Amino acid sequence: MPAVIEVRNLHKSYGDTVAVDDVSFTVQEGEIFGILGPNGAGKTTTVECVEGLRRPDRGEISVLGLDPQRDRAELTEALGVQLQDGALPDRLKVGEALALYSSFYRAPADWRALMDELGLASKSSTMYGKLSGGQKQRLSIALALIGNPRVAVLDELTTGLDPQARRDTWQLIEDVRSRGVTIVLVTHFMEEAERLCDRIAVIDTGRVVVVDTPAGLTERVQTEQRIRFQPSVPFDDALLTGLPDVTGVVHRGDVVVVTGNDNALNAVTSVLARNNIVAQRLRVEQASLEDAFVALTGRRPETEQHANQGRAARGQARTGRK
Amino acid sequence: MSVTTTAAPRATGSRSGLGRLAVTELRLFIRERVGPIWGVGLPLVLLVVFGSIPSFKEPQRDFGGATKLEIYVPVLIAFSIALLALSSLPTVLAGYREKGVLRRLRTTPVGPARLLTAQLVVNVAVTMVTVIALLVVARVAYGVALPKQPAGFVIGVLFAAADLQAVGLFVAATAGSGRTAQAVGTLLFFPMMFFAGLWIPIAQMPGPLRSISHGTPLGAAVQALLRASAGHWPNGWQLLVMAAYALVLGLAAAKLFRWE
Ligand SMILES: Nc1ncnc2c1ncn2[C@@H]1O[C@H](COP(=O)(O)OP(=O)(O)OP(=O)(O)O)[C@@H](O)[C@H]1O
Ligand SMILES: [Mg+2]
Repeated sequence: MPAVIEVRNLHKSYGDTVAVDDVSFTVQEGEIFGILGPNGAGKTTTVECVEGLRRPDRGEISVLGLDPQRDRAELTEALGVQLQDGALPDRLKVGEALALYSSFYRAPADWRALMDELGLASKSSTMYGKLSGGQKQRLSIALALIGNPRVAVLDELTTGLDPQARRDTWQLIEDVRSRGVTIVLVTHFMEEAERLCDRIAVIDTGRVVVVDTPAGLTERVQTEQRIRFQPSVPFDDALLTGLPDVTGVVHRGDVVVVTGNDNALNAVTSVLARNNIVAQRLRVEQASLEDAFVALTGRRPETEQHANQGRAARGQARTGRK
Repeated sequence: MSVTTTAAPRATGSRSGLGRLAVTELRLFIRERVGPIWGVGLPLVLLVVFGSIPSFKEPQRDFGGATKLEIYVPVLIAFSIALLALSSLPTVLAGYREKGVLRRLRTTPVGPARLLTAQLVVNVAVTMVTVIALLVVARVAYGVALPKQPAGFVIGVLFAAADLQAVGLFVAATAGSGRTAQAVGTLLFFPMMFFAGLWIPIAQMPGPLRSISHGTPLGAAVQALLRASAGHWPNGWQLLVMAAYALVLGLAAAKLFRWE
């Protein structure tokens, strides 16, 4: 597949602050490419250089074979952008904004359909200044897609959306991708990256730490399982510590926490069954993308709380390993 | 949710989007209320105030037999043009820049030229409405004659609008914040209005002041309008002064225009 976006040795400073310090990556046609990293890592600066809003100090960028600085007219037709901090005039109505922006493009999408899809139809005659944060965000997503772009760069796609709107937006993005639109997604949400992205670049202090698939990233952190349960009767730890797949057994009140490799769950449950011990409230925790993120950047994602809420909703837990 | 893959039929037929942009900006201008109240309302109120002063309606030898009110109609037109151009326009644009509206627009195929043109179109349209309102009220309520050289008058108004808008655009393009833009616009407004004869009619100014007035954007405008009111074409130099300001400052504004 041909590369849609190529960034080579990008460097950008603001005065003394080095925001981007040698970033390179390639985005293939039709993929959803995630950019993940802690606050101030240089994500927004990187994508704004790709959009042509900022002039890089050094390095080369090509988007659909175009130079973001030189070929602005062509680039803006083909590249949809959601800014982290864009805005519209307060007294502009939602419907007017969509109609106006669609008039800028040669072959725009149907703005009414887009308005429906983003759940804004009932807000058509509401002024921008009167929208809630999540509604503004949805309008901003609609405006990014209104020119029927071949590539969309979405900075903080679902920040500020409620869980339902977030899921709807993910669905929308998947639909957009299925039409062949290439998508670059800057995000803080592990669940979002895991669900949507084909590949993820982890950026920290202006450098790309790694580029890999979500599964590949989680595999990079040591694969260890934690098994947690309440035994129906007390038992001798030696029953489990003797198993080759088990690395540790810890008691926390009446809960037992067993750590081990991929096969540990199998081994533990069969030993317990043989000894007529029932494992109540059995839970298995696996290394998550968040663990990978923490391991790679040494930092928790900033929006951890929200991410965890989403995680809890999915019934997943994290190991909390450093 | 599903996504429509078909492109919508071109609703406006306007490929450039300039028409829709100008209409949208006009709506916003009206919704903001500040522009209509100051730029349109205030000159009309002043006209009514001046019109109710008896001495304003007596012919004056200084003005070649014209009444003070007749002299003030072009001054009020200049006043309205200046308010729109120096107060409303820079504030709107600098506000857009501050809020990130311009950043958002910059990611679309709309260039600065189209954006600035839309602003100009709106302001010229509003100027025309104000001019017509002032002329009609002055004629109907106070018997002030309509311009005796209508084509010359229209040309004068257009040149004046272009001239002042260029000053306003230059302020908007270079000022950092909406507040600075407003402050600079206001600072320019008063001396310009002075030289346009708001306080002392140009004809009554001492020689040196009158010469300066001839070279200012508004002074040249008022004199061109006065000539057209009296039935003459605007002077070449009056149009030249206005065209020079419009061209030089307009180009500088487009060149220096900052999105952020
Ligand atoms: N216009 C600017 N002027 C000066 N410094 C800036 C500017 N924009 C960004 N920076 C600095 O550059 C660094 C990278 O910022 P950037 O916005 O790219 O980070 P980010 O990864 O997008 O962060 P976040 O997750 O918070 O959005 C930060 O240290 C920031 O303070
Ligand atoms: Mg950012």
